[in-house]
Amino acid sequence: MKMNLLPAIRLTIATLVLFCVVYPAVVWGIAQLAPNNGKGEVITVGGKRYYANVGQQFTEDRYFNSRPSAVDYNAAGSAGSNKGPSNPDYLQSVQTRLDTFLLHNPGVQKNDVPVELVTASGSGLDPDISEQGARVQAARIAKVRGISETAVKELIAKHTEGPLLGLFGPAHINVLKLNLALDQLK
Amino acid sequence: MNTELLGVIVLFAITVLLAIPFGSYIAKVYAGHKTPLDPIFNPLDKLLYKVSGINEKREMTWKEHMFALLTINVVWFLLGIFVLMNQSWLPLNPDMNPDQTADLAFNTSISFIVNCNLQHYSGETGVSYLSQLFLMFLQFVSAGTGMAAAAIVFIALKNRTTDKLGNFYALLVKSCTRILLPMSIVVGAVLAFNGTPMTFDGKDTIVNVQGDTVQVSTGPVAGFVAIKHLGTNGGGFYGTNSAHPLENPNYFTNMLEMFSQMIIPLAMIFAFGFFLQRKKFGWMVFGVMTAGFLLLLVPTMVWEINGNPAIGKMGVDISAGAMEGKEVRFGSAASAFWSIATTVISTGSVNAMHDSTMPLSGMTELLAMMTNAFYGGCGAGILNFFIFIVLAVFISGLMVGRTPEFFGKKIEAREMKIAMIVALLHPLLILAGTALASAFPEITSANLNNPGFHGFSEMLYEYTSSAANNGSGFEGLGDNNPWWNITTGIVLILSRYLPIIGPVAIAGLLARKKFVPEGAGTLPTDSATFGLMILGVIVIIAALSFFPALTLGPIAEYFSMK
Repeated sequence: MKMNLLPAIRLTIATLVLFCVVYPAVVWGIAQLAPNNGKGEVITVGGKRYYANVGQQFTEDRYFNSRPSAVDYNAAGSAGSNKGPSNPDYLQSVQTRLDTFLLHNPGVQKNDVPVELVTASGSGLDPDISEQGARVQAARIAKVRGISETAVKELIAKHTEGPLLGLFGPAHINVLKLNLALDQLK
Repeated sequence: MNTELLGVIVLFAITVLLAIPFGSYIAKVYAGHKTPLDPIFNPLDKLLYKVSGINEKREMTWKEHMFALLTINVVWFLLGIFVLMNQSWLPLNPDMNPDQTADLAFNTSISFIVNCNLQHYSGETGVSYLSQLFLMFLQFVSAGTGMAAAAIVFIALKNRTTDKLGNFYALLVKSCTRILLPMSIVVGAVLAFNGTPMTFDGKDTIVNVQGDTVQVSTGPVAGFVAIKHLGTNGGGFYGTNSAHPLENPNYFTNMLEMFSQMIIPLAMIFAFGFFLQRKKFGWMVFGVMTAGFLLLLVPTMVWEINGNPAIGKMGVDISAGAMEGKEVRFGSAASAFWSIATTVISTGSVNAMHDSTMPLSGMTELLAMMTNAFYGGCGAGILNFFIFIVLAVFISGLMVGRTPEFFGKKIEAREMKIAMIVALLHPLLILAGTALASAFPEITSANLNNPGFHGFSEMLYEYTSSAANNGSGFEGLGDNNPWWNITTGIVLILSRYLPIIGPVAIAGLLARKKFVPEGAGTLPTDSATFGLMILGVIVIIAALSFFPALTLGPIAEYFSMK
C-alpha cells in the first residue's frame, strides 16, 4: 500500500490536469467555432432571446400548447413525472388533461388527440410536439386569432421537421419556432 | 414508426461494424504494438509516468495490480469527498450551489469512482462546475480502471506460464489517454456543434414568449456528456440526463450518444479475441452477448411502441407509444432501445424515464442489470462474463467427465470458489438490500413515488442499479437521504471491487499454472455449443435468483393492469 501511495497521488494530480483542465479547454476551444460560441442554439426575435432547444410553457389558447411538464418548464430544474403506468392518481390526471384539452378544442374527437399532448416528457422541457399534435390545435388557433384554418395548417406543414436525412427517427415540430412564426402571421 | 425502427437498426449495425476495427486498435494498445496515434500519445504517456515517478516497464503480479488499483481508488474517493463537501467556497460555482451533505458526498464520490454514477443529487442544483469537472475526471479514470482490469485478464490468459502481468499504471494511463481521450474530444466537439452548451457562464435568464421569466442552466455540458457515454459512466450533467434537450438536442445526437456508450464495450469483446489471437472465441462471446441483448430488447421495444393500454382505454391516440417520460424528438422506439442498451451496458444514462416505462419493460431493464454480462461496462462487462465462462467450463467439464480446462489451463477448486463467490454476490446484494428496505417501511415508504407493486419495483431497481454499477434509476424514488445514500454506497463498493478482484485473481492463478496443449480431450470453448452453455448458465443463475423478486414488482403490476 505504502509503495503505491506516492505514485497514486502523483498520477492523480497529473491526470487531473489532463482531464479537468486540458480536456475541457480543448473541447471549449473547439466549441468557440460552433454557433453562438458553444452556448447552446439561440433564436433572437424582436430583440428577445430564446433557447431553440429548451421547451417553453405554452398554455394560452392563442398559441400552440406544448406538452404537459412535471416541472412547468423550469429550465433550471429539469425532471419527469416518474409516474408508473398503473398509478391511479396519474391515470386520473391524464384523464383530466384530456378533458381540459377537449374543452378548449371543441369539435376535436378523442381519438384524434395524440398521446404526447396528455403525457409529460422525460425532461419536463420537451421542445417538440408531433405534427398531429399541432393539427388538432389548428381550428382553435384559427378561431382565436381570426385567421383561416388553412393558413394555420400550412404553417404547421412548413414547420414540421422530418426524420433525420428523411430516414431515421420521428417527425416533429418545435413548438417555440412554430409559435414565433404564428405571431409573424398576419 | 418505420423511420423510428430504421434509426435503431442502422445505429446498431454501424456500432457493431465499427467495433471490430476499434477492437483491433484496443488490442494493439494493450499489446504495445504500433498504432497511428503513437506520435501524439507516446510523449504524453511518458510525461505522465515521469511526473508520477512510475516505472511503466516494471511488471506486476495480480496481487500487486490489485493493491495499486485499490490504492489509487482510495485517493480518488477521499479527494472526491473533499471537493463535494467544500464546493460552495471553492472556485467555479457561478450558481452558488451549496456543499453536499456528508452522506450524499459519500454516495456521490463512491458512485463515480466505481463507474456507476447513481446521482442522488440533481446536476443543476447539487454540484458546482468545479465538482462537475472533478466528476468528469472520475468518469475518465473509473472507466480506465475497469478497462485496465480487463487488460490484466487478457494478458494473464495468453498461453504461457508467468506471474508477470504488465504494469497497472501503464494499462490505466493507456486506457485513458489512447482510447477514452481522443474519442471524447471528437464526440464533445460534435455535440457542441449540435447545440449542447460548452461554457463556464452560470444560469441564463430568459423571458419566455408568454412572458414568464425562467432561468436556463448551462455549463461545460458537451465535454461531460462525451465521456459520460464513452466511459459507460452515465452520470448526467443535468438532472434528467440525456432526456434534457441541452444534453441531447436532436435525433442525431441521440444516435451519437447511443453509439458512444456501446462502442467501447463492444470493441472490448473483439479486442479480447484479437489480443489472444482467438478471433473465433471473440465472435462466440459477441454472439452470446448479442443473443441476450436481443432477447431483452425486442419485447421491450414492442411494449413501449404499443403504448400504455390504460391510456388507450381513455380513447386517446396512443400510436406514438408509451410517451410518459419520453421526448417527442426521440420517439418510443429509440427510447426503448436506449433503455435496454444503457442497462445491459452499465451506462445508466437515460433518454427517457424508466420509472414511467411499461411494467414488463421495467422488468427487462432490471433483468439486463441482474445478468450484468451482456456487453457490460467498459472492461467490467468482460470481467463479469469471464466469471460465467469459468462456471460454464466447470459445469460442462463435469457433464462430459473431463478435467475442466480453459485456454490450456486447468480450472480447479480455488478458481471455482472465487467464481462462485463473485456470481452469488450480485443476487445477494440486490435481494438483501431490497429486503432490508422493505423491512423498514417506516423509513423507506415515504420515499416512494408510486403506490403498490410499482413502489416495490422502485426499491428493487435502486439496489439492482447499484449492484450492477449501472446508475440509472426509477427516479421517482426520493433517494437523497441517509438510508439510500449509505446503503447503496455500501452495495456499490462491494459490487465494484469484488467482481474486479475475483476475475483478476482467477486469471492470475491460471496464468501461473502449467500450460497443457489442447488435445482431442479438450472441450472447445469457441464453439456455438459452448456459447449456448454459457447463455444457459447466465439464464439459470439470473432466473432462479431473481424471479421471486420480479413477481412481486413488475410482473404483479403487469397483471394488475389487465
